[in-house]
This record gives sequence, structure tokens and C-alpha cells, in this order.
Amino acid sequence: MGELANIFIKSAFIENLALAYFLGMCSYLAVSKTVKTAFGLGLAVIFVLGITMPINWIINNVLLSETGIFGLDLTFLRLILFIAVIASMVQLVEMVVEKTSPALYNSLGIFLPLITVNCAILGGSLFMVSKEYNFSESIAFGLGGGFGWFLAIIAIAAIREKIQYSAVPPPLRGLGMAFILTGLMGMAFMSLMGIDPGAF
Amino acid sequence: MAETTAVAKKESTFAFGKKERKLLTDPLNDNNPITVQVLGICSALAVTTLMNKALVMSIAVVFVLAFSNLITSLLRTQIPKQVRMIVQLVIIATLVTVVELVLKALDYQTYKDLSVFIGLIITNCIIMGRLEAFAMANSPWKSFLDGIGNGLGYGIILIIIATIREVFGKGTFFNYPLIGNNSDFLINLGSWYLPNNLMVLFPSAMFVIGVLIWIHRAWNKDLIDVS
Repeated sequence: MGELANIFIKSAFIENLALAYFLGMCSYLAVSKTVKTAFGLGLAVIFVLGITMPINWIINNVLLSETGIFGLDLTFLRLILFIAVIASMVQLVEMVVEKTSPALYNSLGIFLPLITVNCAILGGSLFMVSKEYNFSESIAFGLGGGFGWFLAIIAIAAIREKIQYSAVPPPLRGLGMAFILTGLMGMAFMSLMGIDPGAF
Repeated sequence: MAETTAVAKKESTFAFGKKERKLLTDPLNDNNPITVQVLGICSALAVTTLMNKALVMSIAVVFVLAFSNLITSLLRTQIPKQVRMIVQLVIIATLVTVVELVLKALDYQTYKDLSVFIGLIITNCIIMGRLEAFAMANSPWKSFLDGIGNGLGYGIILIIIATIREVFGKGTFFNYPLIGNNSDFLINLGSWYLPNNLMVLFPSAMFVIGVLIWIHRAWNKDLIDVS
């Protein structure tokens, strides 16, 4: 159990998907203008990462690996299958949430389809493969990674709401400033991992 | 008579006039995928620590974008609207798998360096964005040019960022030592600068793109965000 908590903390803070691996930056920058929308998207990402990670683990280890049921090395199909799982899970989650909890659907609604092309999801699955996690570790990694991404987008949205009152030079307004803010946040997050020059 | 009209018609589908040239040059400046459309940021940040990686990534994206645009455009009348996302993703994923396997065979070290980011071309928003915005509504030849143009616009920014980050972060260019203490080139001239490790880490990529956007918008004032 301590091992799993460790993976959760590590993937949420130290190896933050958004601020250490640059994943999901497109939606991170596009949907971080207000805290409210950022909150909705962040929740949806936790949700989808937590679900797709174990499913992709099963696909990778049961269907595609040499020790799986086909006994063949089918890893070249990994990308296609992973993205198909993500796209269909997103649609499925959307339908289930719409039926069971209209309130949650209304807050997540428009963000769910966006998540298919959020590279944090596919990137998470690919990292899970390269780090060779087992089943329960992959769940912890999915939830932790989602939580870290959620924190990052909430933080930038809150800063962007406030910075509207500052006198930013016109060419830097909006997007340019968002990049520089994210860089500063990244520096803050780097204090959590300890700078390792050989890391890249 | 019939022959000449057929030839003329064929020429018009593959014409390369002003409009077509605009498809290629527009994404380089006014409609740049990274600094204006803000698409494909994730990979732009992650692979720009070394010139090798940035160059390979740019070539891969030009290839995938041009051919996925072409294929989607050829199929655009056949794809049902409800499942178009999945069809597009399958087209992209197939091309990316091809690129991944080719790169693995040709240059294993770069393949290792790029790690998951070749696979992540699938979710690179430039590609989905161009398929949705352009290829679903335009002819194959135009879509192909649009793909190449946007791929190049993306590649140019990647190479600018990678040059800055590699030279100032590692003191090398294409892994060739340029400046810094241990340099065997320009020994006396180059040793005033110590490579700054921050440049190869996450925040500097953000700062470099932020400043690049700043310069681009200061120079091309139409792009300034009014809100």
C-alpha cells in the first residue's frame, strides 16, 4: 500500500505530467482562462486517466505481449489500440455520465470530447508501458498523474484570472504571458524533484 | 480536342499558383501552428533540447501531417460524421506507427532519445486540428500542400527553439562542441560562457516560446491578443 501511495505522490508532484513532461499543453493553455472551466477539465482528466490506464495495462499485457494469450509480440499495434481505447472510453464515459449523473455531465460535458486528443492520456499510457508498472501500480499512476495535471491547470487558471489586472506589454498579452507563467510554475515544481542535469 | 481538355483539367487539379503557394507560406508566419494557432505545444517543448531530436521530430511531423491530410481528404466524402474522430485517429496512428518503425530501424539512438514523443504525434493537436479544419473540406492536392506548409511552420519554430536551447544549454550544436569550458573549438573565445543547465530543463522551453511569441507579435502587430 505504501508503494502505491509513493507512486501516487511521485506522479502527482515530482513527475507532474503537465509541468515536468509537457503533456496536455494544448488544452492546458486553451482552457485555463477561468478557474471554473479549468476545474471541469481537470476533473475529466483525472476520471479518464484513472479508467484508461488499467484498461491499457490489460491490453498491453494480455493481448499484445509475448506472454499474453496470442503468444506473439504484437507491440507494433500498441499505438493504434491505445488511442482506440482512449477514444472509445471517452465516448463511453460521456454516455454513462450523461445517464447517471446529469449534474456532473453538465459540468464536464463539453470537456470530455477534448480529452481524446489530450496527450497527457496517451502519454500516461505510454509511460506506464516504459516504466513497467503492474496492474495496481498503473491505477495509482493514472490517478496520481491525473491529480497532478488537475493541480497544474487550476493553478495556472487562478494566476491568469489575476494577471488581467496587470499591465502586461500588449504583444505578450494572453498566450505569451501564459507560457512565461507556466515556466515560472515549472521552476517552482522543479524544487520538488531536485535538479538533475542528466535527466534529459 | 478531348485530349487537350483532359490535360488542362489534370493540370488544374495539381496546379501550383498563388493560392497554393499561400497554403505553403501562410503557416510559416501569419498562421503559424505553434505561435499563433497554439497547436502541438507538448512535443515542441519536449524534443527541443537537442537539434537532432528537433530535426527528426520535424521531419516526422511533416510526413505524418501531409499524408494524413491527403488520405483524410481522399476519404472525406466516405467518412460518416459521427465516427470521424476515430477514423482520423486510425489514419494518424497508422502513419505514426510507420514512422516509429522506420526510425527504430534507421536511427535507434534518436528513437530512444525521443522516447514516447514519436507516439505522441498521434495526439499532436496540429494534426487533428488540420484534419478537422482543412482536410475534411478541401481537395486532396490542396490538403497535401496545407499539410506540408503546417508541418514546415511547426518545424521552423522547433528548430529555432532547439538552436537556442542546445547552444546555451549544452554549448553544442548538433552535438558538436561550440562554446564552454571543455570546448575544443574556439578555445579562448568560447570559454567565457558556461553552459547553463536550466536551458535544457522544462521552464526554459516555456520562456523561450513565450519570448518568441512576444517577438513575433511585436513584429506582426495584427496578431496581438486584444482581450
